[in-house]
Amino acid sequence: MRDHPLVQLTLCRMREFYREPEAIFWVFGFPIVLAFALGIAFRSRGPGELHVAVLRAGSGKDSVLATTLNGSPALKAVVLDSAEGRQRLRTGRIALLVVPGDPLVYRYDSTRTESRLARLEVDAVLQHARGRTDPAAVRDERVTEPGSRYIDFLIPGLLGMNLLGSGIWGVGFSVVQARQKKLLKRFMATPMRRSHYLLGFILSRLLFLFVEVVALIGFGWVMFGVGVHGSLAGLGAINVLGALSFAGLGLLVASRARTIEAVSGLMNLVMLPMWVLSGTFFSYARFPDAMQPFVKALPLTALNDALRAVMIDGTSVTRLTAPLAVVAVWGVVSFGVALKIFRWR
Amino acid sequence: MIVPAIRCAGLAKRYGDVVAVAGLDLTVATGECFGLLGPNGAGKTTTIEILEGLTVPDAGDVEVLGMHWDDGAGGRALRERLGIQLQETQLGDKLTVAETLRLFRSFYRRSHTVDEVLQLVGLEEKRRSWVGKLSGGQKQRLAVACALVSRPDLLFLDEPTTGLDPQSRRSLWEIIGDFRAGGNTVLLTTHYMEEAERLCDRVAIMDHGKVIALDTPRQLIASLGAEHVVEFALADGAASDAFLSELSGLPGVRSVRPAVDRIALTVKELHRTLPALMSLIERRGAVLSSLTTHDATLEDVFVALTGRQLRDA
Repeated sequence: MRDHPLVQLTLCRMREFYREPEAIFWVFGFPIVLAFALGIAFRSRGPGELHVAVLRAGSGKDSVLATTLNGSPALKAVVLDSAEGRQRLRTGRIALLVVPGDPLVYRYDSTRTESRLARLEVDAVLQHARGRTDPAAVRDERVTEPGSRYIDFLIPGLLGMNLLGSGIWGVGFSVVQARQKKLLKRFMATPMRRSHYLLGFILSRLLFLFVEVVALIGFGWVMFGVGVHGSLAGLGAINVLGALSFAGLGLLVASRARTIEAVSGLMNLVMLPMWVLSGTFFSYARFPDAMQPFVKALPLTALNDALRAVMIDGTSVTRLTAPLAVVAVWGVVSFGVALKIFRWR
Repeated sequence: MIVPAIRCAGLAKRYGDVVAVAGLDLTVATGECFGLLGPNGAGKTTTIEILEGLTVPDAGDVEVLGMHWDDGAGGRALRERLGIQLQETQLGDKLTVAETLRLFRSFYRRSHTVDEVLQLVGLEEKRRSWVGKLSGGQKQRLAVACALVSRPDLLFLDEPTTGLDPQSRRSLWEIIGDFRAGGNTVLLTTHYMEEAERLCDRVAIMDHGKVIALDTPRQLIASLGAEHVVEFALADGAASDAFLSELSGLPGVRSVRPAVDRIALTVKELHRTLPALMSLIERRGAVLSSLTTHDATLEDVFVALTGRQLRDA
C-alpha cells in the first residue's frame, strides 16, 4: 500500500514542501501575521477620541471653548496657532478646527468620516453649552456582538485568499520546476500514470489544507474570539471544494509554462485581480454596479461569500449552492483544460 | 529468429530548420553494449530519446524489444522493461536518496528493493542524505540507480559520465559492466572515446545526424590502416607543402594531417617511421619542439573521417 505510486508521489510532494522553510512561512505563517496585524489595527474601539483644535484668539475665548469641548468624553481639544492648526488639519492629526467669533466657524474636510463626526459632536457640545435642550428623550443601547467586527469579516477572507495562494503557488511552482529540471520528462520515461502524478498534487494539497485551516481558524478564535456559527463539517466541505478548485486553477496556470519566471507572471495575473476584487479585505459591494457580475463570477469571491455565510451567519451549506457551484465549475473547467493542454516534457 | 533489442530504420527528426537526425538505421543485439559516439550536436540525444519513446520522429520505424511505441498500455508495458537515464534530469534536492529510489520503484511492477539498488551503485552510506548534498559523481550514480531500479532488460544511458572526475567515471563503468554481466543490453551515448572503447562491443560514430562509421572499436581503429599516431611540432611553426609531401613518402606512413600547431601522422610501423622522420627533419635543418606517439584511438578515427577533432567539433 505504501508503495503504491500515488502514495509515494503524494509523500514526496509533502516532503518537498515541508522541507522548504519559505513555503511553510508563506502558507502558514503569513496569513496569521496578516490576521494579527489587521486585527490589531482595526480592532473595534469605535472612532475613539476625536482630536479637534480651537484657533488661538487672544481674548481668552479660545481656552473657554477648548475646556467646554474637553467636557465631552468623545472629544480631545487643544488651542493652536493658525499655522500649526492648518498643518495638523491637513495631515489629519486633528479632525476639525474651531475658529472663535460670531458666527463660530468649523473648518474641516467634509469628505472625511472622522471630520464629519467631529462636526456633529463639537456642534452638539457647544449648542448644549449655550442652552439648547433636546425635545425628545433618548437612550443609547450599545451592541458589540461578535460577527460584526472587522476581524470577523477578515478571517474568512484570509482563509479564502490562503486557499487561492497555496493552491496556485503550491501546485504551479512545483509543476514548472519539475518541467524545468526535466524531472517531468524523466517521469514520462517510467510507466507512471499521468493521472497519478496530478492526483498526487491534489492529495498533498488536501492534507496540508487541514493544517492551514485549523491554524488560521484556531488563531482567530484564540486571539480575537472569532467563532464559527455554522457547522464545522460544512465549513470543512467548503474548504475542500475551494482547495480542489484552486489546485485545478494552479495546474492550468502551470500547464504550459517552461520557466519559473513565466509562471510567476501568470500566477500574479490570475491572483492579483482576485486579491483586490474578491472582497478579502473589504466588501466587494464598494465596486460599481457594472462590475458586480464580473466580480461575482470570480472563484475567490464565491468562496469568500460561502465561507462568510457559514462562519458569520451560520448559514447551512445546502443554501449555498450558487456560490459553491461557481467554485466547482472553475475547478472542473480548469482541471479539464489543464489536462488537455499540459506540456509533459 | 532472435529479436534484436533495438531496431530502427530511416529515422529522421528536425527542429525547425535544424536537422537533428537525418536518416538513421541501427540494430542492437540483445546482450550487446552499443555506443553512439559523436561531438555535441551530432544528434545522439535526439536519437536515444526517439528510441526511448520520449520524442516522436518525423519519419522512420522504431522497434524496441520487439515492440512499437504507443501512448497507451503497450507503451507502458514496454517502459516496465526499460531503464532510462536522461542527460539533464535534476532529481528533487530535498528528497533523500532512499526516498527518491522508493518513488521510482513504486512506478514498476517488478523492481529491485531500495537496498538492492543502493548496493548496485555503491550508495549505501548515502541513503539518508538529501540529493542536493550529493557530489556530481554520486548524483550521477543515483540517476543510474533510478534507471536500474526497474530491473531493466535494456538500459539507456545518455552521456552518463560527462563532467565527472576520472574516479567517478571508472566507478560508473564498473556499474555498467556489472549490469551487462547479467546478459542485459545497454545503449549509451558519449563523446569520450576512451569510454566507448572500454565499454562498447560496437560503436556508431555520428556526425550531423548520420552514422558515418559503425563497427567494433578494434575494427574501426584498424580501418585507419595504422595502429599508431605520431604528433609533432616544429619550432619555426608552419610546414611547407613540399615538406608535407615528403612526410607522406616516409616508410610506414598512411596519412598526414596538418593542424594549426602540429602535424599528425598515422603510422603502421612506428620503428620504421620514427628514424626516417628524424633524419628528414635534420636534413631540412628544422628543430623539433615536441614529439609524441600514441596508439591509434577512436578519436583518431573521428578525425580521419571528419577532419575535425571530436571535442571541439
